[in-house]
Amino acid sequence: MADRRYLDAIRDALHEEMARDERVIVLGEDVGRKGGVFGVTDGLFEKFGGDRVLDTPLAESMIIGVSVGMAANGLIPVPEIQFADFIHPAFDQIVSEVARMRYRSNNDYGCPMTIRIPYGGGVHGALYHSQSIEAFYAHIPGLKVVAPYTPADAKGLLKAAIRDHDPVLYLEHKKLYRLIHSEIPDGDVVVPLGPAAVRRPGRDLSIFAYGLMAHEAIGAAELLASEGIEAEVVDVRTLRPLDTATILASVARTSRALIVHEDNRFGGFGAEIAATIAEEGFHFLDAPPTRLCGPEVPAVPFAQPLEHWFMPNAEKIAAAARALVAY
Amino acid sequence: MSAKEAKAVTPLDQRTPKGPDVADEELLEMYYFVRLARAVDERMWALQRSGQAAFVISGQGHEGAQVGAVYAIDREKDWLVPYYRSLASVLVKGMPPTEIFLIQLSKATDPSSGGRQMPGHYGHSGHKILSTSSPVTTQLLHAAGLAYAAKLRRTGEICITEVGEGSTSEGDFHEALNFASVHKLGVVFLVENNGYAISVPASKQMAVPNVSARAAGYGIPGVTVDGSHVVDVYAAAREAVARARRGDGPTLLEVNVPRLTAHSSDDRQEKYRSAEEILHTKARDPMHVFEAELRAWGVLDDARAQEIADRIRREVDLGTEIAEAAPLTDPATATRYVYYEPDMPSERGR
Repeated sequence: MADRRYLDAIRDALHEEMARDERVIVLGEDVGRKGGVFGVTDGLFEKFGGDRVLDTPLAESMIIGVSVGMAANGLIPVPEIQFADFIHPAFDQIVSEVARMRYRSNNDYGCPMTIRIPYGGGVHGALYHSQSIEAFYAHIPGLKVVAPYTPADAKGLLKAAIRDHDPVLYLEHKKLYRLIHSEIPDGDVVVPLGPAAVRRPGRDLSIFAYGLMAHEAIGAAELLASEGIEAEVVDVRTLRPLDTATILASVARTSRALIVHEDNRFGGFGAEIAATIAEEGFHFLDAPPTRLCGPEVPAVPFAQPLEHWFMPNAEKIAAAARALVAY
Repeated sequence: MSAKEAKAVTPLDQRTPKGPDVADEELLEMYYFVRLARAVDERMWALQRSGQAAFVISGQGHEGAQVGAVYAIDREKDWLVPYYRSLASVLVKGMPPTEIFLIQLSKATDPSSGGRQMPGHYGHSGHKILSTSSPVTTQLLHAAGLAYAAKLRRTGEICITEVGEGSTSEGDFHEALNFASVHKLGVVFLVENNGYAISVPASKQMAVPNVSARAAGYGIPGVTVDGSHVVDVYAAAREAVARARRGDGPTLLEVNVPRLTAHSSDDRQEKYRSAEEILHTKARDPMHVFEAELRAWGVLDDARAQEIADRIRREVDLGTEIAEAAPLTDPATATRYVYYEPDMPSERGR
């Protein structure tokens, strides 16, 4: 066991996967000599060279489009989009090309790649360095989407993504990079894509969250416990494919569902969880499936009071939980 | 009439004879492919008009340029990243007419997509033809990525990719040429300039007369060739392929070609092209230009021409028959291959 930060865990996975398989290559803006704007790819360039750790031109459609060709010709690209906010120029390549390659070629071609995407708010990033983009891509058949919370998952899910036959969007929360650290297992431990994890058992309500919001949900559960409310926290961690069995089993135990994400609510990923619970777990429910999300403004505003107003946190989650339990 | 359309084919007597290093048999094979592509294309339209095919996107007028260009690569080893007019290219690359008709009739055994894509969206891993989508120009980046992988893995492969002149307005055009130039990748970017992006003339698409002028912005050679002259295209493409093979980087090769049909079976070009212009365009038909050249060079006579025509008719008829008899798609299979399934052998991605 080693004590690793979230950021270290991601970097470890990249080092180990590149050493394990010479087909794996990393590409993106500033990922080479600088080691990434967050330092996640630090040391890769020195260890594996500039041909496998590629500083690309500043063009996101290019980063993904070139990865499609690389994947078709025997490589396993791990492109980085520097900030989730800047992924939009690559939307066409991801949705029209990456996601559809296997289906449209009737399985003649696959498109294995892991797109690493630093995302999320609470980092003084304002409108264009704070976005959550999971809803756009979790909507798309052909893609897989993961958003780890713990350092062990950050490492194990990245390994699973890189070894997967299909394209995976790997959403790493920027605020978690240096916020949390924990013991992670030694050795080549792969965390399978798909299963959700119950982080804390409880009987009074279920809180469903991922990324930074799973961390805040744990904090909320601790606040609530001191009041005698036992919240079960389910770390969704893979958004597509979604582990509906674990979600429904949790609701069966608690009869109440609170879904939390920092992306805004309207058409957000939480709607999919809420709809699944309503359609398939209605008979378990003692209260309506409820969402706590970022407010309906286009993105996270910059000034500290405004950012604090935007971001869901343990206190806000606890307040929503109290209301749901009292329903 | 656009400036592009007004260009006349260089008269035969003003042209140099065929290059000394192009064997007669090679010229005749190129001629076969030009005529084969035309015959297959015409049959595609017939199938559409008879109600058997829902849609046609045509390559008529582009055949000479495509055959000349793709003939210059190693057809076994190198990659083709086509676009929706690349019929002649995929034939040269190894797809037989039967496979084209399976695609055209959207049959279950359509080798490009199993009937999932519209006709004209070619792809075939066995022939090293990458799968194509409908958003234009995305494929140029795929070509650059294929070439990067070839360079890293030292496979010796190069890649030719095709695109229309309208597509050069897309951002991916710039991003692909830029990336390929930075890394000196083995890519031949073939721009088939037929003067129109559906209805929009090239003069509304760009402020320069030739796409090839843009090559200067990437520090790579930019060449414009009259695409009605197959051997001229072949010569330019061989140079571009040699440069790619040497590791000296990509070439932007523009071929001016006539668009002999409407954009597709859903387009009426009479609305935006004059009758006079359409008539004039036919004078640039590469099939007739090439045939006249071969006859002038003493490579082709009536007997050889008839022999080739007979062979093509048999192949096209047989391919049509096989495709017509092929099984229809089954909706029960429509959910397959959204993701990897462990039981499937043909996938190249891993």
